[in-house]
Amino acid sequence: MSTDTPSAGDDETMTEAQLQARIEELEASVAELEADDDQEKMTIVATQGSFDMAYPPLILASTAAAFGWDVVVFHTFWGLDILHEEKSENLQLSAVGNPNMPMPNSLAALPGMDRMATWMMEKRIDDNGTASIGELIELSLDQGVELQACQMTIELMEYDEDDFYDDVTVGVGAATALQHMAESDIQLLV
Amino acid sequence: MSETFDIAETLDVKGESCPMPVVKTKSAIDEVAEGGVLEVLSTDSGSMSDIDGWAEGTDGVELLEQVEDGDVYKHYVEKTN
Repeated sequence: MSTDTPSAGDDETMTEAQLQARIEELEASVAELEADDDQEKMTIVATQGSFDMAYPPLILASTAAAFGWDVVVFHTFWGLDILHEEKSENLQLSAVGNPNMPMPNSLAALPGMDRMATWMMEKRIDDNGTASIGELIELSLDQGVELQACQMTIELMEYDEDDFYDDVTVGVGAATALQHMAESDIQLLV
Repeated sequence: MSETFDIAETLDVKGESCPMPVVKTKSAIDEVAEGGVLEVLSTDSGSMSDIDGWAEGTDGVELLEQVEDGDVYKHYVEKTN
């Protein structure tokens, strides 16, 4: 509020022109608020780096971008591997402790089982016409999704900024993620 | 029916699954001039609900019709502005 706002006693003495000006001022600020709210915003925090957990954030992000939304995916901890060019090609599905696997844990723990489970899932994904993780990353970036790589995790994992796909945003932390979350209509932790 | 639409562009996403039909429809409609109709051919049964939902939530597009033709789901989307 500006300090020159008329006091209650002055209200009665406001001229019609002053009231009209005040109405216009309020209408302008309402229009501004409505314009701000026009575009939906979504923030996804991707924390998991297993093969199966890489899909949901990328599918939701690219689809939301097709709706014209402003989308940020903040990748932290294992989720960072999704953006890592080399590691993203080699994400693994865990056979152990996965109740959806058609084998007991005692078998799933044998060497090579994670690789086999991943290979089976990759084959299914290919047969189904589902995009690869690399394709979904390129697609998301093309659609204007902002893929952010948590700077703290980059240092923790001793990754280099050049290890990531081009156009991935680096040099960001929790505060940047929170800022977008606060403005978002939808926030998801994956 | 489809033959009554003057189709400006056809997008073939047969064999591709979620999220491709919606994402590619969005990219394709961006290239269509105002008033033009985009035909989308998909084999993904989820595209019936997804393209409907996308068109509902997106400004400047209107879903004119969806037709199930054997294994192919046909969608007709107009660019309204």
